[in-house]
Amino acid sequence: MTWSDELARLLPRFFRGFVITGRLPFKPRVTTLYPEVKRPKPERFHGRHVLNRYEDGMEKCIGCELCAGVCPARCIYVRGADNPPDAPVSPGERYGFIYEINFLRCIHCDMCVEACPTEAITESKLFEWSFVNREDAIYTKSELLVDDEGMPQQLPWEDWKPGDERNTSAWVRATSPAGVAALEGEPMWSGELGHGVRPAQKGQSVPDAADFPADTDLSIREMVSGALRGIGVDGTRPTRRRSVTGGDEGTP
Amino acid sequence: MIAQKVIAREVSGLGDPLFDHGLSLAVWIILVVKAVAIFALVMGSVVFMVMYERKAVAYLGVRYGPNRAGPNGWLQSVADGTKLLFKEAFTPRGADKVVYKIAPYLMMVPAVLAFSIVPLGGTITVAHHTTDLQLANPPWGILFLLMCSGISVYGVMLAGWASGSKYPLLGSVRASAQLVSYEAVLGLTTATVVVVSSSLRTTAIVAAQHGPFLYHWNFLRTAIIPFAVFSIAITAEMTRPPFDLVEAEEELSGGYNLEYASTDFMWFYLAEYAALVTNSAIIVTLWFGGPDGPRIASHSIGPIWFVIKLLIILYIYVWIRATLPRLRYDQLMDLGWKRLIPLGLAMLLIVAGFQVNRKWGLIAFGAAVVLGLLLWRAIDVGHEASALEAERDERVTRNGPMGRPSQEAPR
Repeated sequence: MTWSDELARLLPRFFRGFVITGRLPFKPRVTTLYPEVKRPKPERFHGRHVLNRYEDGMEKCIGCELCAGVCPARCIYVRGADNPPDAPVSPGERYGFIYEINFLRCIHCDMCVEACPTEAITESKLFEWSFVNREDAIYTKSELLVDDEGMPQQLPWEDWKPGDERNTSAWVRATSPAGVAALEGEPMWSGELGHGVRPAQKGQSVPDAADFPADTDLSIREMVSGALRGIGVDGTRPTRRRSVTGGDEGTP
Repeated sequence: MIAQKVIAREVSGLGDPLFDHGLSLAVWIILVVKAVAIFALVMGSVVFMVMYERKAVAYLGVRYGPNRAGPNGWLQSVADGTKLLFKEAFTPRGADKVVYKIAPYLMMVPAVLAFSIVPLGGTITVAHHTTDLQLANPPWGILFLLMCSGISVYGVMLAGWASGSKYPLLGSVRASAQLVSYEAVLGLTTATVVVVSSSLRTTAIVAAQHGPFLYHWNFLRTAIIPFAVFSIAITAEMTRPPFDLVEAEEELSGGYNLEYASTDFMWFYLAEYAALVTNSAIIVTLWFGGPDGPRIASHSIGPIWFVIKLLIILYIYVWIRATLPRLRYDQLMDLGWKRLIPLGLAMLLIVAGFQVNRKWGLIAFGAAVVLGLLLWRAIDVGHEASALEAERDERVTRNGPMGRPSQEAPR
């Protein structure tokens, strides 16, 4: 290929590049103005933990230490104690006397939530906090417990506004014992206190469909792909895997 | 008194009506005020430009850009400057202290100085003294630009050398080679403008471009090619993308100014943007008629036209930065020596020929075509020779020096 051929081939491409970038300022922005505008978070978002209560104010935690045992990061420290007979803290025989989570170590894997037999510990969607010392990083039981309204407490170094704590209860994962066909459509969390009483996710009972994206996931992806479409990023809707039962959307 | 007379004689050649009635105290005051004003203008436009570039490049990247400091983020460069001022200024142990401290100023001063020859349009009358809207209007005006860009090479070169560190040194080696080769292109294309307007004085160059329509602006009058070559060369001269090999973060982790922090680094940063603004102003002056433009309601609005043109050129620079990937070093050298210098030389020849008359113009055109073809053939021959050499090298590696297959021949 000679020099002039190469030039004739490359010069239009050179200017086409300028046309492509020149159009971009007129497209809607891909980024959001974060602290003011917050995107909806995915259904299964893992934020900081909360310790839930029953409606009568009793703590759900029974001090069984299963969460501490299953924790891969070894960040949970629990000590149980017998309930005082005259003023019981939890409905059972024992209660969580000490409950601490070290958030410098927590990896938010949610295995403590799966392990908990009474759904005492769940993960909220709160993630905007910035502690500046190690003492603050270790959340004690009094800091993790929800208040009488079922709301998580806002600590001085946490930066979230009222409303951000919506859907506090984490989702029942498909791998949890509750993800069985018989419970399809049933609320998975005891609805007495705490937020986020929602029906179980559709399609949990189909073992093969366990990793379907949740609805909010999809809406976020569509939002992002809509903004990215046409600038060279493939923004097509993610294709769902076909389930074993042949249903397209995963409904059996 | 003698000194006063000497200065007055020298100064009367500068062509500014300010000096028509000798040098009085008022003239000196006006001169100082003008110098300060031009400096403030450049500094102000640098502060603006830093923000403008970040905003524009963000919009070209479908982002918002900085939007926290001040109204809509427009005070971001003030925040940046404050941060840089309060950072710790340190000198590396291996640095050549004196040169290390001088280098930023060697880059800053010429970048600002070059703006003094840019005509902003018309004259202004202050306290019965009429003066040009430009700091200096010497008869050798455009040579001053070449001088300034020549000196700024030393800033980059000495900064890298005096840092006593490897990456800055590599950066400055690249810089000196790049800047020196593109300087030649710059000179050739500037000569084209000088030939067309038959003066080195910037006001004369602007005046020569005055006419009823764009046709009189130099970029059309010299058939666009010299303008294209000039703008490529001056982009390389500023080490702006896509010619920013001097400060390639990925390869040199910052380049010549790597060892600088605090105020010294701020001078480099400012110098870069001051050079951008100044050189864009030079482009406007040389090729787009400077403050030339239609009058509005029979009022001359030269400065406004100048600013509009300047902003467009500055936006195009940001656009280029957002579009083009960085050149490889051999591509840079190829472009400079094998393409731009011959092209600039040929266009200078042709334009000069047509300035004489049509016959000489056509002769120059023919000569340029013939010489261009010869050069093209020469480059091809060179390519073939190096291809042959590469093939032989490969054969030697494969077969050993005596042409026999070596023991490690592939099975």
